[in-house]
Amino acid sequence: MPTKSIHDIAASFSRRGVLAASAGLMLGLASISGAKAADDTIKVGVLHSLSGTMAISETTLKDTILFLIDEQNKKGGLLGKKLEAVVVDPASNWPLFAEKARELITKDKVSVVFGCWTSVSRKSVLPVFKELNNILFYPVQYEGEESERNVFYTGAAPNQQAIPAVDYLMKEEKVKRWVLAGTDYVYPRTTNKILEAYLKSKGVAQEDIMINYTPFGHSDWQTIVADIKKFGSAGKKTAVVSTINGDANVPFYKELGNQGIKAKDIPVVAFSVGEEELAGIDTKPLVGHLAAWNYFESIKTPANEKFIKDWQAYTKNPKRTTNDPMEAHVIGFNMWVKAVEKVKSTDPDKVIDALPGIETPNLTGGVAKMLPNHHITKPVFIGEIKGNGQFDVVWKTPSLVPGDAWSKELDGSKDLIGDWVGKKCGNFNTKTNKCLGSGS
Amino acid sequence: MPTKLSARLSSFVLSLFLIAFALPAFAGPFEDAVAKFANDDFSDTDEAIGAVASSGNKLAFPIISALQDGRLMADPDSKKVYVTGTDGKSIDAATGEAVASVPDSASAVRLNNRLRRSVDAALGSLTLQSPDLGARLQAAQSVFKSHEETALEPVESALAKETNRSVKTALGEARAAILLFKSDATEVQKLEAVATIRARGDQDALALLSDIGTDQPASVAKAATSAIGSIQNSLAVWSTVQNAWYGLSLGSVLLLAAIGLAITFGVMGVINMAHGEMVMIGAYTTFVVQEVIRTRYPALFDYSLLIAVPLAFLVAGAIGVLIERSIIRFLYGRPLETLLATWGLSLVLQQAVRTMFGPTNREVGNPSWMSGAFELGQITITYNRLWILCFTLAVFAVLLAMLRYTSLGLEMRAVTQNRRMAASMGIATSRVDALTFGLGSGIAGIAGVALSQIDNVSPNLGQSYIIDSFMVVVFGGVGNLWGTLVGAFTLGIANKFLEPVAGAVLGKIAILVLIILFIQKRPRGLFALKGRAVEA
Repeated sequence: MPTKSIHDIAASFSRRGVLAASAGLMLGLASISGAKAADDTIKVGVLHSLSGTMAISETTLKDTILFLIDEQNKKGGLLGKKLEAVVVDPASNWPLFAEKARELITKDKVSVVFGCWTSVSRKSVLPVFKELNNILFYPVQYEGEESERNVFYTGAAPNQQAIPAVDYLMKEEKVKRWVLAGTDYVYPRTTNKILEAYLKSKGVAQEDIMINYTPFGHSDWQTIVADIKKFGSAGKKTAVVSTINGDANVPFYKELGNQGIKAKDIPVVAFSVGEEELAGIDTKPLVGHLAAWNYFESIKTPANEKFIKDWQAYTKNPKRTTNDPMEAHVIGFNMWVKAVEKVKSTDPDKVIDALPGIETPNLTGGVAKMLPNHHITKPVFIGEIKGNGQFDVVWKTPSLVPGDAWSKELDGSKDLIGDWVGKKCGNFNTKTNKCLGSGS
Repeated sequence: MPTKLSARLSSFVLSLFLIAFALPAFAGPFEDAVAKFANDDFSDTDEAIGAVASSGNKLAFPIISALQDGRLMADPDSKKVYVTGTDGKSIDAATGEAVASVPDSASAVRLNNRLRRSVDAALGSLTLQSPDLGARLQAAQSVFKSHEETALEPVESALAKETNRSVKTALGEARAAILLFKSDATEVQKLEAVATIRARGDQDALALLSDIGTDQPASVAKAATSAIGSIQNSLAVWSTVQNAWYGLSLGSVLLLAAIGLAITFGVMGVINMAHGEMVMIGAYTTFVVQEVIRTRYPALFDYSLLIAVPLAFLVAGAIGVLIERSIIRFLYGRPLETLLATWGLSLVLQQAVRTMFGPTNREVGNPSWMSGAFELGQITITYNRLWILCFTLAVFAVLLAMLRYTSLGLEMRAVTQNRRMAASMGIATSRVDALTFGLGSGIAGIAGVALSQIDNVSPNLGQSYIIDSFMVVVFGGVGNLWGTLVGAFTLGIANKFLEPVAGAVLGKIAILVLIILFIQKRPRGLFALKGRAVEA
C-alpha cells in the first residue's frame, strides 16, 4: 500500500549511503533491547518503519504487536515461555527491510516476524524469508497476485475490499460512471486493472471509466478535482474509487470540500483512508464520503469495545484510534499463537503447516479462518465518514469473504490458485494442472 | 351586509375548526410514517421522508430539517421519534408536543448518500417559499437537481410570488428541468425548457441536457443537442481560463516555498537541504498556535493564521540563525559538505518533530474566510488558493522592499557582491551572514503557515517542497528574486496546461525534462546575474 514520497526516493539515489549509515545508527540503538537474549523466551520480530515517510502508518502497528505480546505475557506467555519483542527500524528504506529481516532471523533468531506495509517492502523481504525459512505476517490490504509459503496475508485481497465496494456503489448509489483515481505505483495500478476488468464485465462502457494516476505526495489537486467534476456532469451518476496514497489524501479531500463536491453528488470511496488518516483533517465537509475496510473502530461488538479499551489503556491515550491493519495484526498474532500451541513448537516448518485451517474470532463478530492460500476470511464493511472523524457502517457483506490470492478478473491469473495444503504450490494452474513454481 | 360578513366569518371559523378536527384524521398515516424513522433501515427512512414531506403536516419541515442536521432522534424500543431543536428543547415528532427529555436509548436517525439526496429534494419543495433568500435559492437549486414532477406545482406557485431576480431565474430553471423530464409536457413547453437551461450554461445544465433520454420529440432532441454543443464550446473557453488560474495558484505555492531558498541558496549560495524543514517548522508553529487558541480563546480562531505568521517567522528564523552559527558558517565555500550537513540536519529535524508531535498528521483548521469557493463565470475559485496568491505576492513585495530600502538589505547585497570589500567598509559580515540565513529561514517558516492550509502537516511536509524549490530557484536564475518570481509562475502555468493533456505524472516528468534542456542552453537560468559578482 502507501509508500514514500518520490522525492525521498530521488534523494536516496544520490545519498543512499548516508541514509543507510544514519538509519543504521538509529537502528543500532533500537536493537540493543533485543541483544540481551535469554533462552527461556520466544522472540517475535517486529519489522515496521519507525522513521522516514512510512513511520506515519507503521509506528502504530509496532505498538500493536508490543501490546499483543504484553497481553499474551500477562496470560502466562506461550508454551510456558515469555514472549519477547525484537523491534528493528527499517526506516522506510526498501533495501534496508531485507537487511533488517535477515538480522532478525539470523542474529536475533526470532520465531516469527510481523511487519511491512508497502508492497515493495514485502517484495524486498520475500527472498530473505524464503531462504532462511521463517514466517512473515503481512497486515495490510494489498493488490493480490501473490501466495508464498512463508507469508501469511492478514490484510484484504482485492476481492475483499475493492470489488465489494464497487458492488455497493452500483447497487445502492446506482453509479454508472467511474473515476478510478490512484497514486502511481503497483497497488493502485493492479487494483484498477482488476476493477476495470470487473466493471467491463458488468457492462460499463469504456467511455464511462476515467483512470487517473498522480505522483506520490501530490498536493495540487485543482485540475484533477475539476476534471472529476466535469466527468461527473455527463448526466449519469458518478463515483470516484480512490486508491490514492495515504498522505496525498488530505489535500485531495480539502480540494473536494473547497470546490463544493459533496458526497451526495459524487461520492468518493477510498481504500487507503482510515481513522488514522482522518485524524489530520476537518471531516465536516467530507461527511458521506465512503471507505471500504474489513474493520472500523466504530463497530460495536463486545470484542471490539474491549480491544479499544485495553489499547487506549496500554498506550495511555484515551483518544488513540484503532484501524484495519491493526485488527489484521490482532488476527495474525492470535492465529500464530494458536498454531504454536497446536504443534507445541515454534519451528517455522511445523507452524506453517499448522496455520491453514486455524480459526480465531475477529473483532467485528465474525471468525477469521486461515485458508490454504495463506489469506484469511474477512467481512467487508462500507463506512461513511462522520463529522467526528469516525465511520458509520452503512453496509456489510452478508457473510465472510474468503481472500483470493489470484484475481478472477484478470486474464493472466484467473486460472491460478494458491494451495499450500494439498498442492503445496502458490500458483497452481487449475486448467493445466501444473504448478508454475517460483518463476512467476 | 353585517349579517353576510358575520356569516362569512362564522364559516371561516367553522372551516378552521374543520381543519383542526380533520388533522387527527390525517395523522394516522403521518404517524405511521414518522414511526418508520425508528426502524433504523435505510429503505424505511426513505419511505418516511417521502410520506412526511408530502403529508402537508406543519411538522414536516421541522422533522426533515432535523433529519438533515442529525437532530432527529429515534428510540428503537418504544418506536418513538423526537425532534431536538437547536435550542435544546425537544418535541415528539408524531404529535408536536413538547417532551421533557429524549430517552437515553434514542439515537440520531442515520442517513446515507441516497437519503441525503431525498432529504434535499424534500426540503427543496418545503422551503421554496421560505422568507430567507438564501434558503429559497438553495431550495430552487435542489429542485433543479432532483427535478421531480411532484415539485412542479410548488415551484409554479413560488414563481408567481417571487420578487427577487436571481431566485426567480433559479426557479425558472427548476421549472424547466421538471418540464423537460415530464412525460406529458407539450413540445412547446419542452423547447422553452431547453432554451432556459441552455441559457444557464454550466456543467449542471450540461448534465441535465445529456440525461434527457431518447423518448423526446425530434425537435426537442435536436434543440438539446445544439444546446449541449454550445454549452460545451463556452465551457472549453472557460477551461483555458481555469487552467491559467490553476497555474497562477500552483505558481504562487511554488514561489512561496522557494522564496526563502532564493535567499539562502540564491543570495548566499548555501545549498540548504534543510530548507523544507523550515517550512515544516512554520506549519507546526501554526498547529501549536491553533491548539492554544482552540483550548484557551476559541473566539480568536479566525485570526489564528495572522498570529501564526509572525510567530512562525520568529521560530524558523531563530532556528535558522542557530543553524548558521553552529554549522553552516564553518562550511562556507565547501558546497558538498554543506549539502551533506544540511541534509543530515533535515533528517534530524524531521525525527525531532516526529518524536515531539508524533508521526501522524496534525490537523490545522481553515479559518472561515479561507474555506469554500466562489464562482467566477464558469470557473470555481477557492478562497484558500486566492488568499495564498495574495499572501505570496505580499511576502515577495515586502522582501524586495526590505532588500532595497533597509540598511540590512544594503549590507546583505554588499556582502554577497563582494565580501572583502564589504568587510573593509566596516560591515560585520558574519553577523550579516547569520541574519541573512535567519531571514531566509524565517520566510520559509511563513510559507509553512500558508502551506499548512492546503497540505498535510506531517514531519514529511518539507520533503515534498525541497526539490520543487530548488527547481524554481535554478530555473529563475540564482541570486535574482525577480527570476524566482517569473520562474515559479512559468513552471506553475506550464505544469497546469500540460497536466490535462499528459496527466499529472507525465506532466511532472515533462517539466523536469524541459528544465534540464533549458539549463543546458542557459546554465544560469532565466535571469542570470552579470558582472563581477558572478565570478566571485
